[in-house]
Amino acid sequence: MGDPPPHPEPPSQEPAIRRGSQVSEPSPGQIQLPAAVPEEEVPQTPFDVQTRQGALMGQANLPGWSQWGSLPQQENMPVFPPEAARAGDAEYPPMNMVFPSEFQTLPYMDESRIQGADQSSLILQQLQGDQSNLFQQLESAYQDPRGNLLDHFYQRDAQHLYEGSQHWPYVRADPALHVTPSELGFPPYGTEVPEPGPRQLAVQNAKAYLLQTSVSCHLSLYEHLVNLLTKILNQRPQDPLSILESLNRTTQWEWFHPKLDTLRDDPEMQPTYEVAEKQKALFVRGGGGAEGEQEMEEEVAETAVPNVMETAFYFQQAGVGLSSDESFRVFLALKQLVEQQPIRTCRFWGKVLGLSRSYLVAEVEFREGEEEGEEEEGEEPMEGGEALEAPPEEEGEEDEDRLADVVPKPTWKPPPAVPKEESRSGANKYLYFVCNEPGRPWTRLPHVTPAQIVHARKIRKFLTGRLDAPVVSYPPFPGNEANYLRAQIARISAATHVSPLGFYQFGEEEGDEEEEGGAGRDSYEENPDFEGIPVLELVDSMANWVHHAQHILPQGRCTWVNPLQKTEEEEELGEEEEKADEGLEEVEQEVGPPLLTPLSEDAEIMHMSAWTARLSCTLCPQYSVAIVRSNLWPGAYTYAIGKKFENIYIGWGHKYSPDNFNPALPASIQQEYPSGPEIMEMSDPTVEEEQDLKAAQEQALATAEEEEEDEEEDEDEDQDD
Amino acid sequence: MDAEGLLLSLELASGSGQGLGPDRRASLLTSLMLVKRDYRYDRVLFWGRILGLVSDYYIAQGLSEDQLAPRKTLYSLNCTEWSLLPPATEEMVAQTSVVKGRFMGDPSHEYEHTELQKVNEGEKVFEEEVVVQIKEETRLVSIIDQIDKAVAIIPRGALFKTPFGPTHVNRTFEGLSLSEAKKLTSYFHFREPIELKNKTLLEKADLDPSLDFMDSLEHDIPKGSWSIQMERGNALVVLRSLLWPGLTFYHAPRTKNYGYIYVGTGEKNIDLPFML
Repeated sequence: MGDPPPHPEPPSQEPAIRRGSQVSEPSPGQIQLPAAVPEEEVPQTPFDVQTRQGALMGQANLPGWSQWGSLPQQENMPVFPPEAARAGDAEYPPMNMVFPSEFQTLPYMDESRIQGADQSSLILQQLQGDQSNLFQQLESAYQDPRGNLLDHFYQRDAQHLYEGSQHWPYVRADPALHVTPSELGFPPYGTEVPEPGPRQLAVQNAKAYLLQTSVSCHLSLYEHLVNLLTKILNQRPQDPLSILESLNRTTQWEWFHPKLDTLRDDPEMQPTYEVAEKQKALFVRGGGGAEGEQEMEEEVAETAVPNVMETAFYFQQAGVGLSSDESFRVFLALKQLVEQQPIRTCRFWGKVLGLSRSYLVAEVEFREGEEEGEEEEGEEPMEGGEALEAPPEEEGEEDEDRLADVVPKPTWKPPPAVPKEESRSGANKYLYFVCNEPGRPWTRLPHVTPAQIVHARKIRKFLTGRLDAPVVSYPPFPGNEANYLRAQIARISAATHVSPLGFYQFGEEEGDEEEEGGAGRDSYEENPDFEGIPVLELVDSMANWVHHAQHILPQGRCTWVNPLQKTEEEEELGEEEEKADEGLEEVEQEVGPPLLTPLSEDAEIMHMSAWTARLSCTLCPQYSVAIVRSNLWPGAYTYAIGKKFENIYIGWGHKYSPDNFNPALPASIQQEYPSGPEIMEMSDPTVEEEQDLKAAQEQALATAEEEEEDEEEDEDEDQDD
Repeated sequence: MDAEGLLLSLELASGSGQGLGPDRRASLLTSLMLVKRDYRYDRVLFWGRILGLVSDYYIAQGLSEDQLAPRKTLYSLNCTEWSLLPPATEEMVAQTSVVKGRFMGDPSHEYEHTELQKVNEGEKVFEEEVVVQIKEETRLVSIIDQIDKAVAIIPRGALFKTPFGPTHVNRTFEGLSLSEAKKLTSYFHFREPIELKNKTLLEKADLDPSLDFMDSLEHDIPKGSWSIQMERGNALVVLRSLLWPGLTFYHAPRTKNYGYIYVGTGEKNIDLPFML
């Protein structure tokens, strides 16, 4: 053993910087093996810091082979391999850094990456080995010690891990490695290794060139190619040549975006995880384990939660509806709703799509006697409106006293508001709850007013997905998106909720026909004797289906109300105005088709029936379901089989119209004031007229003066006389 | 959507509410495979379903090696027997633009449209009302073509172009990241680019010629005609077209799953500017 040749100053700074840029935390012991080890998570070996630095020294920053002689400090050199082998248990044997990466990764043989790491380094060794006598010399020297070490560590799974293992004895003799000849048992570089010939010199120069780090990053082409080839060999894609560019790009990307360590979550996925947590809460059964049995009985007995899965199954036969796991989540969300609110019956009404979010709608009925807070809020605005009307009238009366600056009163009076329907009747028969996604809280929609329905018929807007968004339209919609949504739901329900003929029947007749204006019956009940209509018949004729939701009159209500019925306050205004009003407007009572009208009576759209009925599966008519699809409201479906039926709506919430939408034109300009004799608009005289007038006036003056003069002359003459 | 991953794709696209029944799915799986073999397509896409009054049309498209080459369109009424449709021409589109209303569902149905045509008789020129018959098949072809050109989309990076010319499927496409998936710029129209040459040089310098060779959705007119939503608790991004309601595009971020399907009446939503 000769003296170890002096090693140059360890350029530990530079490599450290380079490493720092690549790995967020230089984990102790993770050898950044010079330029040959793929940067993938090489498992960490707790090395001495010193030895690590030693390896760093060998980083391929310095061109040339001057480092070949560089050696780590002797005292820090870990034990020579045979001793290490004897150390045996060695999870983390203090390994000589001379040994390339495969030794490092020994303890972690179960990781597949190691194989790749090894193979790459093996290949490089092979390449290098072929090119230099030097290396071969080292190879031979290395045989035995390696044999011992390797045998020890590779005992267990040597076979399958190292198919090409006959190559492993090659030295991965990178110039950056430090070899301590004294400890490795062969003479040091300086004394016995011959000068490299011109060919080897060329090779060394080429390799040095490849090892240059790029200007913009601290990655050298050499390392990149190593990573790339390692990746290809690991993953073995088919036809790698054709995807070479993509692989190139991906490898580079991966180098600079190492996977975050296991302590921190991926920040991008944060919202996803939150939503998943919320949905997980849905799946938890309420109540503790001790009450489990009791709850089970209660739940099994009678629950308001509908059998969403069964409905979803039938609709799926027709290709309608959400996927089955989504339906299950909807079911759980409905269950949550039933637990939170006092609900008697509940039904999944459907899904209304929006621009940024969609709505899941549930149709519920509260139990009898449940207070509905919405009603009070609804009444206040109405009272406020009436209060506002009163003061201007008083002021007007005061102003009449002062005739001077009287502001002309507008004679326009807003049309009287149609009162909204009571809850549990007509369009407000059911309450609706919406949520954006299963797991999110349910929001109650307010009752719908006739004005809102009338306006909703005139406009056509997409829903954005936020309940408080304003609806900007002309004519201005009285309300925000929650009201608009509710109005559309009311229209869709009234138009498309159908059932097979006979499922519902009217209650006992008690002089219904004598009610005001023959409004018709507005309630129905289930028919216990319903036998079910064969599916084929259901599909054949539309007369077998009936509407079971009340039709909404043009007024906006289901039962007609004369808006001109005066309340007590309005009667105080004075009888004259009343009479005038009554004279002008006589409102006809609006009548709509009565409840339980068959679908065959529905109006056609452009010579096309408003409904399409099909069998769900033509190949097996005996088991298929009858599906009815509305052409007027695309997205409304109903299925019926045997004694079961159900309606659902999934769509954007708009009516189909074959003609283009014509927005309402703005109203004509109002008259500012009534024309009367005292206020009459006249056009200004034109220039010619003014001149004529002036001329006429002058002439009149002139003649007047002449007359005066004449008179004076006469007087003078008289006086003179 | 690719016929290979049909079942998963249908599950993911089911958020719009319309899909296929199990009998149709089963017949599609088998028949599309046979179509691929018979016509020697490289990929077969299930394009969607056009709802007609009497019956529905099921449409499939076949692609050759070059993904951007004109696609062949096939239709079927029962998902088992497929017939090839002729390629669309400008005339067809112009001719069928006058037809309104729903599809009947019968390919041989003829729409009647009365036109005023100038008829030369000798020296007199007068207009006569001529009843023009337009076949429903023609209308089908032109509608499918219009929908394709307007709203068929794919995510950025799913196709790449080689210097030799043809466009290939990018097998290393790992999906868009979550932040990219919510932007309109990450999606391209699946057709030959039209707007690309109008970009300024500065914009073009930032583009990657192998990936950015199609128009993105950013400059679609009218603005806001796409609705982007996250479904399934942020695990799926769904784009729905408002111009052709019924077209749904889905993509699971960070995975390779993406596709689009059209299930609708085949009518353009002309009222879109009023509705936004």
